[in-house]
Amino acid sequence: MDFTFNEDQLLFQEEVKKFLVNEVTPELIRELWESESGRSGALWSQLVELGLTGMTVPEAYGGLGMNEVDFVLLAQECGFVALPEPLVEQVLVAVPLINSLPEAFRAEWLPRIAAGEAKVLVGLEQNQLVADAHYADLLLLQQGNELHAVTPGQVKLIFNESVDPSRKLFAVEWTPSATTRIAEDAAELIEAALNRGALGAAAQALGLTQRMIELSVQYTADRQQFGVAIGTFQAVKHRMANVAVPLEYAKAVVHRAAHSVAIGHKNAAVHVSHAKIAACDASLTGAKNSIQVHGAMGYTWEVDLHIFMKKAWALNNTWGDSAFHKNRVASFVLGEADNAGAGRTFL
Amino acid sequence: MDLAYTPEQQAFREEIRTWLAANVPAEPLKSFDTAEGFQQHREWEAKLNEGRWGMVTWPEALGGRGADLIQWLIFEEEYWRAGAPLRVNQNGIFLLGPTLMEYGTDEQKADILPKMANGTEVWAQGWSEPGAGSDMAAIRSKAELSDCGEYYIVNGQKTWSTRAVWADQCFGMFRTDPNSQRHHGLTFILVPLNLEGITVRPIPQLDGLPGFAEIFFDNVKVPVNRRLGGEGEGWKVAMATAGFERGLMLRSPARFQETARRLVNLYKENREAADRDPSVKEAVIRAYMDAEAYTLTTYQTACRLTQGGKIGPESSTNKIFWSELDQRMHETAMSILGARAELLPHAPAAQGVGNWLDGFLFAQSGPIYAGTNEIQRNIIAERMLGMPRK
Ligand SMILES: Cc1cc2nc3c(=O)[nH]c(=O)nc-3n(C[C@H](O)[C@H](O)[C@H](O)COP(=O)(O)OP(=O)(O)OC[C@H]3O[C@@H](n4cnc5c(N)ncnc54)[C@H](O)[C@@H]3O)c2cc1C
Repeated sequence: MDFTFNEDQLLFQEEVKKFLVNEVTPELIRELWESESGRSGALWSQLVELGLTGMTVPEAYGGLGMNEVDFVLLAQECGFVALPEPLVEQVLVAVPLINSLPEAFRAEWLPRIAAGEAKVLVGLEQNQLVADAHYADLLLLQQGNELHAVTPGQVKLIFNESVDPSRKLFAVEWTPSATTRIAEDAAELIEAALNRGALGAAAQALGLTQRMIELSVQYTADRQQFGVAIGTFQAVKHRMANVAVPLEYAKAVVHRAAHSVAIGHKNAAVHVSHAKIAACDASLTGAKNSIQVHGAMGYTWEVDLHIFMKKAWALNNTWGDSAFHKNRVASFVLGEADNAGAGRTFL
Repeated sequence: MDLAYTPEQQAFREEIRTWLAANVPAEPLKSFDTAEGFQQHREWEAKLNEGRWGMVTWPEALGGRGADLIQWLIFEEEYWRAGAPLRVNQNGIFLLGPTLMEYGTDEQKADILPKMANGTEVWAQGWSEPGAGSDMAAIRSKAELSDCGEYYIVNGQKTWSTRAVWADQCFGMFRTDPNSQRHHGLTFILVPLNLEGITVRPIPQLDGLPGFAEIFFDNVKVPVNRRLGGEGEGWKVAMATAGFERGLMLRSPARFQETARRLVNLYKENREAADRDPSVKEAVIRAYMDAEAYTLTTYQTACRLTQGGKIGPESSTNKIFWSELDQRMHETAMSILGARAELLPHAPAAQGVGNWLDGFLFAQSGPIYAGTNEIQRNIIAERMLGMPRK
């Protein structure tokens, strides 16, 4: 039993965090809001250089061959800076999906991903819209139980604006055909992709919550009313403590879900749903309490808080909304089998 | 990361499981807040100790098994699954025991620990006073060194002392420096409750049973060798105890996982009635998820600590999480039981309500004892998040 991350994983997290905090500043995010694509090719190239975009590509195809446990801490850091680039989605969802498709397809795309020459993203029906469809060199799209691979030339994209200006959502119009189809009876692959997407959202929600706490702690130390910093008021302190508690108790849940996905645990889907609920709930409380302690400042476009708050709101209902995930846990716990109780957690 | 138990850990689980299956009393013991039940629980401690299962985390030389935190978690899982009796000497085993090992003299350890281990001496904790609740540093009970220097003369009053009605010993903090303020000048003293000048007045709790007591000290002579740590160092020694208390030992995840399991079963058995309130189903799956989250987080912390990590101020989140979870789970059970929820277990119409009401009453105290949840939130904000004190 070893529920810790190893030194390499922790070091990598530290390095990536340093890089992201330096590069992906609120100023950069605001600059990208003003740009046509909302994405920065330069930033993506830096992520490629760090080896991040091909992390989960097997070594045989030129990647780092790492798994979900290796990546989950990095996904948290992507949340911490509200990274607009679709790194988590490619690494955690697209690459493992491609890797479970036929060899010819893998050999065509994985080396290009590893080399940073191609971006691939996945569109599932649960999400209705496809995030960053305009930015992908290839889209893997669900059509019922089938998966189809389509190129930018084969689709028509209709932009849908999100509350989070960093999110670029598209309705994708395309014509499924035998030539676009890459997998039939792909329900299992689709579920696995959904789980990975939910895991990525959960990990990012942890980072977002941490960031909202830090912004609020800083703000309430600086802002004075009644002659003192508002952070000295107990009502303000307790609001922040009430974010710290659920955040503290969501981390291990997310880390276990990452492990379950990595080893293909029989209950991985339930573990992911639990992680999604726990982490997103923490982030929603984080958003609510953070805006409150910011006062009117928190309700503005100018103060950076909303960068993180809006991403948290958006992620809550992606890759399976809360009803979907709660029902998955409910059928596990309330079904025939006895699944609750001491000593069963790691079965 | 590897979330599988080692063969040794599995063997440890098998061993305790087998022992419990052979030894846990078939009939539940009476409440340890009755004279008869207290005696039964004392005997159970002796039996646990005979099997060397009483103090698994203690070193082998002291009758324990030198269990690490993971083994301790496994032990607790099996213990709660087996429905084994509550631990009457929790204060001794988990709070005072480790503190004694750290601060006690060899003589004190040799004298006290074996009797603690076999249930001969049950310990009460004497920190709170009428004027010192959340503000523990406001302690006023005094201990004055006698002229001959052989004993302390103790005067004052302690209150809310759990198990003190039938306990044999009490550990507490007393003001040895009459001119001192706050947490200075306090000394940690171990007081036998049979000394002359001590009066114990039972206090009935919500269930009517005397689960705690007031202790009055009237010129009680306590030998100086019953001082734990140096004179005036009481606060430091007590914080070590509070560290254990707030930390992992006080409430193991297994306890709440078993409550969650019983709640899930209660829901399944009464599904139709329960679903009339649409919020109940969500509350039940939340109970399951939160009990799992508490378990996972505890395992992660335990693994970190066994690899040499340190526990930090984030441990203050622990008390809030389990106590509020426990309250919510029992509230949900009350909703499911509906009109029968208010019935005491012996009421004729109370068939099948189990001991949910008892648990519900006790759950109300969780956010109060061991540092109220408001105090824990202050600690989280100031020490974990770094918010300004003043
Ligand atoms: C079941 C049970 C068993 C116990 N067993 C023991 C025992 O064995 N030994 C022992 O010594 N004590 C024991 N206690 C006592 C326990 O430690 C105290 O009850 C606790 O420390 C709170 O003190 P108080 O009851 O005086 O409440 P108070 O301190 O009067 O608090 C009342 C309310 O005011 C709030 N409050 C107080 N100060 C602050 C602040 N600074 N900021 C915000 N809110 C504040 C509290 O959170 C609480 O809600 C036990 C209590 C219970 C309920």
